[in-house]
This record gives sequence, C-alpha cells and structure tokens, in this order.
Amino acid sequence: MRHLTRRIGFYLVALWASATLNFLIPRLAPGDPARALLARMHGRISPAALHALEVQYGISHEPLYSQYWQYLNNLAHADLGTSFTNAEPVTNVIARDLPWTLALVGVALIISFVLGTILGVAVAWWRGSRLDTVLMPAFTFISAIPYFWFALALVFILGHTLNWFPSNGGYDIYSYAPGWDLGFFLSAAQYAILPAFTIVIGSIAGWMLGMRNTMITTLSEDYVLMAEAKGLSQWRIMITYAARNAILPNITSFALALGFVVSGSLLTEIVFNYPGIGYALVQGVQNKDYPLIQGLFLIITVAVLVANFLADLAYVVLDPRVRSERG
Amino acid sequence: MASVASTSVESGDERAVSGGGHRPWRAVTSNRKVMLGLIVVVFFAVLALFGPLFVGSNVNAFGLDRSAAPSSAHPLGTTAYGQDVLAQVVVGARVSVALGFTTGLVATILAVIVGLVSGYVGGWLDEVLSVLSNVFLVLPALPLAIVLASFLPYKGPLTIAFVLIITGWSWGARVLRAQTLSMRNREFVTAAKSTGEPTWRIVFYEIFPGVIAVVVAQLLGTIIYAILAEAGLEYLGLGDLRGVSWGTMLYWAGNNDALALGYWWWFVPPGLCIAVLGAALAFVNFGIDEIANPRLRTVKAEKRRTRGKAKEA
Repeated sequence: MRHLTRRIGFYLVALWASATLNFLIPRLAPGDPARALLARMHGRISPAALHALEVQYGISHEPLYSQYWQYLNNLAHADLGTSFTNAEPVTNVIARDLPWTLALVGVALIISFVLGTILGVAVAWWRGSRLDTVLMPAFTFISAIPYFWFALALVFILGHTLNWFPSNGGYDIYSYAPGWDLGFFLSAAQYAILPAFTIVIGSIAGWMLGMRNTMITTLSEDYVLMAEAKGLSQWRIMITYAARNAILPNITSFALALGFVVSGSLLTEIVFNYPGIGYALVQGVQNKDYPLIQGLFLIITVAVLVANFLADLAYVVLDPRVRSERG
Repeated sequence: MASVASTSVESGDERAVSGGGHRPWRAVTSNRKVMLGLIVVVFFAVLALFGPLFVGSNVNAFGLDRSAAPSSAHPLGTTAYGQDVLAQVVVGARVSVALGFTTGLVATILAVIVGLVSGYVGGWLDEVLSVLSNVFLVLPALPLAIVLASFLPYKGPLTIAFVLIITGWSWGARVLRAQTLSMRNREFVTAAKSTGEPTWRIVFYEIFPGVIAVVVAQLLGTIIYAILAEAGLEYLGLGDLRGVSWGTMLYWAGNNDALALGYWWWFVPPGLCIAVLGAALAFVNFGIDEIANPRLRTVKAEKRRTRGKAKEA
C-alpha cells in the first residue's frame, strides 16, 4: 500500500508540473504570441471570452501569483478555456475526441504489448534459432521506422492502391452517425484496422526486444537451472519460472515507453484523419488555437499518468515483494 | 549488469586505460551488428557532409518537370513543384543527420551531468533531480514538444533542437543515476575520496569512465529518438518550411496529397532514409549491449546443450 501511495503522490507532482509548464510556456515564450493572438481574436469572440483569454495568457495586469492561482482554480473546475476554431469550450472538444483515441490507442497498445511479450519470450527461449535470427534484425529495423511514415505507406498500399481498408476518418460518415448502434460500431472497427495495425507494428518491437533481453538474463539464474535439474516440463520453466520474473522490468518499461507510443499514435491519427485527440492537436497547431493545444496537452498527460498508474497496479499484482513491503 | 560493472572496474583503473586500449576496439569491430550499423551510419555522415557539393545549392528551386516518375534525368522523380527528389534527399540529410546527432549529444551530456551528480552526491540534490527527471520521463514528449514549438516564434532547426533536448535527457539521467549508485561504494571510489580528490573529479574522472558503455548506449538511443521526433515535428509543419530536410519533404508531400495522387517517389525516399539510419543506429546499440553483457550473445553450442529438449517438448 505504501508503494502505491508514494506512486500516487508522484503522479500528483507530475500533474502539477505539467499544469505549471502549461501556465509558464505562453508567458515565457519570446515575441509575445499571446498578445498577437488576442489582437487576432478581437471581434471574433464575445468580450467575456476575450477577457477569459486575457486572464489565461497573462495579458491582465494582475501579478503573476494571482494569475497562477486563478489558472489553477479554473483547472480545478475543469475549465480549460474556449477553443477559437468553433468558439466552443475545450472540454467539449475533448469529450468528443477522447473516446476515439482511448479506444484506438488502448486496444492497439494491449495487443502490441501482449504479442510483443510473447514473441520476446519465444525468441529468448529458442535463442540462436532461425526464429531469433530472422525476427531480431527485422524488428530492429521496424522499430526505427517513423510511425507516421509507416502509416503513409499503409494508406498508400492497402488504402488507395488495393482499396482493401478504409483509410480516412473514424467511421463511414455517409451511412452512420455516432451513437449506440451496431452498424456504427462495426463501421468504426473497420476504420480502426489500419491505424491500429500501424500502432501495433510501430510499438511491438520495443516490447519484444526488451522482453528478450530480460528473459535471457533470467534464464541464466540459478532457480531456472534448479527447475531444469528437477526435471520440470519445459513449458512450466519457460512460463512460470522465467517469463513471470522477466516480465517485471518489461512492465516498468511499458509505463515509461507509454509517452513514446502516445506520441506515435498522435501522428498516426493525423495520417488517417482519425477523429481523435492527435488530429485535434494538429488542427490546433495549424490554427494557432492555443487554448485547444494546451487543453489537449493536459488531457494527454493525464491519460499517460493514469495508464502509468494502471501499470503500477499490475506490477503490485505480479510482484509479491512490493505487496509485502512494510516500512 | 554484473558484466557491465566488471568492465567498468577495469577501465576505472588507470593502468587498464593506458595499457590495453585495443581490446574494446577489437570487441567492437568483430561484432557483425555493430560493423553493419557503423558502415550505414558512416555512409549517411559522408552523404550529409559531401553530398550537397554534388547536387548544387538550390534544390528548392521550382522546375518545369512536375511530379515526374523516376527516370534517367531524375533517378528518384520530381516533386509537385518540379524539384529533384534525389537532390533534396541528399541535401536534407545534412539537416536531419546534423540535428539528430547534435541534439542527441547535448541531451546525453545533460543526462550524464544530472545522472552522475544525483547518483553520487545523493541527499536532497538527488531527491530533487530524480523527481525532476521522473516527471520529464512520464510527460509525453511529443505533445510537450508540439506545445513548445507552437509557442516559439522562430521556426527552424534551433527551435526543434531546443525542444528535443528538453524532452530527450530524462531517460538517460535515470539509467545513469542507477549505474552511479551501484558504483558509489566501490574500492577505487573510496580510495579516491580518501586521498582528498574533489567531488567533481571523482564524478567525472573516476565514475564516468566506468559507465561509458551505458553512456554510449544512451547516446545512440537519444540520437534515434531525436531523428524520429525531428521528422515527426517537421511532418507537422513545425520545422523550417523553407529549408530542406527529410521531415519537411514529408510535410510537403503530405500537403500536396502525394499519397492520394500516387506520387510514391516523393514520400518513400525520405522516410526510408530515416528508417535505415535509425535501424543502423539501433544495430550498433544492440551490438554494444551484447559486448557489454555477454549473456545476450548468441551462443549456439551452449543453447543446444541446455535447451535441446525444448524443441521436442
């Protein structure tokens, strides 16, 4: 329990740090982008919204600490400001786009982690076999391909040229509307195949290579030799003796690599015009929609922190040492 | 881990550094993965250095031959603006390679300083530095980079380098801190301390040589991150759009619907270059891992002896 409370404390610090970065970046950026932006927004949004923006970007003449206090207060009330693009609250944009990203990235991440870990166990067990000598260099190469470029290649080959999969958007917008309706879900699943495949391929190599390394180290431990000497079945040694112990560092690296996978997934969404957070983020960048960019950054951070916490929980379940730790 | 520590003790000893300097080099050159990777990396470095001399200076000038498929006049075809793709790839190598290597180097130096100092000095400084690096580790790098880049008024290599350094140092710092912690109480460190060496000398002259293998691995990993993230940021249009780099080539290709129009020769070469260079660096990294940790080496004879039964099972 102590372990988990410490982790929660750390995540709160991380959350506070990202909120504070969000507050400071517009204020520290040279050339005063916020003022230029407000000049642009005059007459386009209501005076009240304009005032809110002034507060958000520190144009007001209040001292910094009271601006900061007001900013944190707004955050605590889930007020992320107003997006300029459609003059709607940023929270609305997030509520609309986040489910898409969570579903896509969540499913793809679980598939790639499970598959990658299993492959890692296999290539470590049959080290030096043909499987190992083929998969290792192939996955090393794959791990160096930029996500978005792999996505571009998929769109080009499987989307445009062969026309096997839809490669633009999140669902068939001509036949369905988002809602609790089977047709819509099937359509959404069909549209998610290529982006999910991109994320799986892009991230699987990391899990596999990491698992291979820790598995090989674990296989040379004495208790594995002991298990072999006792004549236990090969499967039992592989799964319950070696893999179960080797997976612990891999779960830690899962948590740490999440940020990279999320980054890659955002770029993937852009290539597929997928209606998620990443696509909204780029729209924000193109329109210089600062409140939207910042709100999305915060929500992405929160999502990554929550996923990290889930990985911590999994670690506690798998590692009895952490559970029994007292003091 | 044990093997990393044993090499470190060796190189931490001054006699080993001056005497047997050839051994690490031979270990590196006899590893096939490292050699293959190094050859490719050197190829791209030479391409970045000297290539632009052969393709002319103005590869961005518009031409009359637009969106042409590869031919003898344009081996990799032309863009929608009539620019030669091969010439752009060659000139783009300069920005992509230089930016990737310099940001990787600076971020690693930062990681070495933070990791070694916080691991060796300990106390409140260690607490502060570890929380800082752990926070930067969990913050998603690319979204943070996008926020930073979108607020900075000047778009170009310097902005991207700055953003990548800010987001790229934390992993190395964490790994190096752990390594330093395990070396802090070794005999040669205690000896140096008792002879009254100043702390900065112990950190950078006694401990640093011991963790050099880890530093090199971190350096390569950071360069890969920098090259991939740079391409991503430039693809989003956050780079210098008037300059030529692999990422901006992909940006223009995307902006002109090269994909939908079937101009594969526009977006395949820059992406492939990024992937091949990144893979080469990853190969060097895995090779070094094998040298530093002998357990990872593929030993066929031993495997057959102990795990022969696995295939029948």
